Amino acid sequence: MRNSMKIASLVLIAAGCCALYLFHDLNGSFDYALPRRAIKVMAMVITGFTIAYATVVFQTITHNRILTPSIMGLDSLYLLLQTLIIFFLGSGHMIVVNKQVNFLLSAVVMVLFALLLYRFLFKKGGQSIYFLLLVGIIVGTFFSSISTFFQVLIDPNEFQIVQDRMFASFNNINADLVWLALVIIGLVAIYAWRYLKYLDVLSLGREMAINLGVPYDSIVKKMLVIVAIFISISTALVGPITFFGLIVANLSYQFFKTHKHRVLISGSVIMSIIALVGGQWVVERVFTFSTTLSVIINFIGGVYFIYLLLKERKTG
Amino acid sequence: MIQVRSLSKFYGKKPVVEEVSVDIQPGKITSFIGPNGAGKSTLLSMVSRLLDADTGEVLVDNADVRRMKSQEFAKRVSILKQSNHMNVRLTIRELVSFGRFPYSKGRLTEEDERIVEQSLEYMHLTEMEDSFLDELSGGQRQRAFIAMVIAQDTDYILLDEPLNNLDMKHSVQIMKILRRLVDELGKTVVIVLHDINFASVYSDRIVAMKDGKVVKDGPTEEIIQSEALSEIYDMDIPIREMDNCRICVYFNS
Repeated sequence: MRNSMKIASLVLIAAGCCALYLFHDLNGSFDYALPRRAIKVMAMVITGFTIAYATVVFQTITHNRILTPSIMGLDSLYLLLQTLIIFFLGSGHMIVVNKQVNFLLSAVVMVLFALLLYRFLFKKGGQSIYFLLLVGIIVGTFFSSISTFFQVLIDPNEFQIVQDRMFASFNNINADLVWLALVIIGLVAIYAWRYLKYLDVLSLGREMAINLGVPYDSIVKKMLVIVAIFISISTALVGPITFFGLIVANLSYQFFKTHKHRVLISGSVIMSIIALVGGQWVVERVFTFSTTLSVIINFIGGVYFIYLLLKERKTG
Repeated sequence: MIQVRSLSKFYGKKPVVEEVSVDIQPGKITSFIGPNGAGKSTLLSMVSRLLDADTGEVLVDNADVRRMKSQEFAKRVSILKQSNHMNVRLTIRELVSFGRFPYSKGRLTEEDERIVEQSLEYMHLTEMEDSFLDELSGGQRQRAFIAMVIAQDTDYILLDEPLNNLDMKHSVQIMKILRRLVDELGKTVVIVLHDINFASVYSDRIVAMKDGKVVKDGPTEEIIQSEALSEIYDMDIPIREMDNCRICVYFNS
């Protein structure tokens, strides 16, 4: 019961943040500013949802609370893709300028990459999830290195455009894409809902889960595909921001102190909406755009990450 | 009955379990004994589907294990491995409630609650049901896990070295509980043991394994014999009978 109270109060705070962001200093500009702000809020809700959801699921599958799905190299692949397109086709090319085309291309390439990776690894059978992570790290580092190589060669003006893509930003969100992302993520989330109950058992470990009748391999595969879809869509929509998931997932574990994933995931989703919408308001109104949200998030996230490492070392 | 039919497992080219066929009699305690690396745990893992067998098949009540649905299998056979490290902090009651997962998928019905209650009572855990697992001693933890398996209510209960790291008192306690599960509730218990004296005193049948093969399989009296044991363990094992127990005195042989 107490957890539902906590969720309810978080929902209130989140609604408050959204209202503040939408209506603060609006000056009666209902036709111009409000719809634009609403689109931004929706983009932040989508991003918050996907990142929080994917991170909690990923951490349960890997039994590790300091990992994020970015370890599979999807972020690096996104940056590599953007770098290559701008390097070979130029920043004026349709794929760079046209947001829809760029979104679809990035999302499809990332999902295909993840599926290929899983297929290759699960085909052999009996491979542990840690092997998948290891391959993910290596491939991700490989992608980053190639990106850096091309970024060094690239024309400085073009590099500006690449650099823009390196950080998540909610400032130039395309409305059509938000609707598209919303539909895809909604469908995937509905599909995934009935598997959430298995996650509670997965956190007991592989052997316990199999003992309790969870079809372990197939559930893990499905969950990994869902994680890949979520991460790909949010990255293609606003840019790489997966580090953020680490904060909200761990805050949620500490705040709710439960093993029930429906609570943990809902909690971390709402927390991430509060952080994104509230943070963006601070960036726009307090810092007047002199910094970006992802810089702040990476800063706070980094500090929190070090705190987690120190805490884990003490208890372990 | 659980029937194991020419089951094999290879790591690379090395066979860990080789062409093992054995029948587990229902309503009895069957102990698997043998030296380290004999393949006992691997065999148990394959029977309980934690590991895929390379060849051979396992039949539970004449049904092929690989064709059974995970959920149905979990209502018939349960397995408890020796190390149960987990990432979440659970109370005893929460852990035992997980035993009902194959039936209710996490939403406990009134009947589930009743069975959880009974299992806790059976293992004398009711007073401390709200303690967290990481606050318990080894013996209490092991009892909590067994309570979960009881709540799972399977005909067959497989345990991989349940006495590991337990002192004498708790080992005896656990073995007595297993004996009661068989005698009072009609369960079939399969257990991997290293202490042959526990195997001798508490089990109905003993299966001895060595180098991935079954070398002896029979009622306890037949296996707990000096000649048979020296063949299994490559050492001289004298046996003394006292208080109707056959005790192996191998400590300075």
